[in-house]
Amino acid sequence: MDTIEIFGAKLEQELDGIPPGSIQPTTNYREIPDWSSMHALILIALAETEYNVALTGEDLRKCNTVQDIYDVIKSRKS
Amino acid sequence: MPARIASTRYALPKTAYTNADFFAEFPELKGSSIEKAGVKRRQIAQKDEISSDLALAAAIQLLDEENIDRSEIDFILYNSADLDYYTPATSCVIQGKLDLGAQCGTMDIVNGCSSYVYCLGIASGIIDTMGARNVLLLNSSTLTRFIHPKDKANRFLFGDAAAATLITRSEESMIGPYVYGTDGKSYEKIIIRDGFARFPLTESSTTDRADGYGNVTNDASFDMDGTAIFLFSNRTVPPMIEDLLSKAKLTKEDIDLFIFHQPNVFLNEHLRKKMGIAPERFFHCMENFGNTVQSTIPIAIREAQLAGKLKPGMRVLLAGFGTGLSWSGTIARF
Repeated sequence: MDTIEIFGAKLEQELDGIPPGSIQPTTNYREIPDWSSMHALILIALAETEYNVALTGEDLRKCNTVQDIYDVIKSRKS
Repeated sequence: MPARIASTRYALPKTAYTNADFFAEFPELKGSSIEKAGVKRRQIAQKDEISSDLALAAAIQLLDEENIDRSEIDFILYNSADLDYYTPATSCVIQGKLDLGAQCGTMDIVNGCSSYVYCLGIASGIIDTMGARNVLLLNSSTLTRFIHPKDKANRFLFGDAAAATLITRSEESMIGPYVYGTDGKSYEKIIIRDGFARFPLTESSTTDRADGYGNVTNDASFDMDGTAIFLFSNRTVPPMIEDLLSKAKLTKEDIDLFIFHQPNVFLNEHLRKKMGIAPERFFHCMENFGNTVQSTIPIAIREAQLAGKLKPGMRVLLAGFGTGLSWSGTIARF
């Protein structure tokens, strides 16, 4: 499993237009610039393609920070 | 298979449903991310406009504007989930209405978003094996009549339309190679469940249910798992494109224009960026039509030509994906 720093970097790349380093573990993902339910789909796709983990909309609703999302993915991967 | 796409036209229902209409009906969605889907207006078929009517209108437009001798149309392919009758085939009815020659063969093809490329392959095969000179391909959808009035997401995304494409015999093969695929185990991800052989309509068919975003549907209405389809497209389309280019011994840089099925601008932009395709070589066409299912690609071909973005001599990659779940791709030279 990637470190949270690498996870954040991959998320920045997928979301496009996010300055490198702006997504931190403590970042509230809903406050990422232009965040919408469409971007949630990209995050869910990233979890599937990079980590083979199924993430749902319900999972995201229970998370607040990037760390929260990372922890869910990591726990399912192991 | 010596065939080429000679011409396309399309026909739309008379009634528009604009974003102003949509947000008047659903004011709570104004300013929401739904607008990222990229649709500003869509035409909606009324009760007296069925799919074959739109297809007939598109066919007449193509035949008349291109001065096609109707006696030289040797085959009609009618591609739609909406058939006039259980029997006979709707393509037979259209042959009669167009007053085409008795030598004209006919066939209905039921398939959805991926079907335009499938139909190009079938048309090319008919030209190659059956000696047809010209195949008239008609794609048509009036899916909106199956969308629940309170299914906000799909009412925003979808429109109705028909397209006519003339595929004609050529000196050399101008369409191909092809890639096809199916994930039939995921058939329920895009479905209108009740009303056909497997599950006839019952009282419970119209029992409403809502998803986590407040979109309402039931078993007699159109039901699409948006998240699953986004993941499916993300997982399937890029490898399909790579496979197609490999078969054609080409690279992305050899393709002048990419025309994908148009389900959602946000999804297609995500795919474009993921595959490293420059925006000027990727054609969007959802703004004034919405997702017209089978007709998105031929409408985009026509619009790209009218906009001067698709010119003779260009090599265009066409890719369809959706209900089935199924996918298809080909490369056409114009």
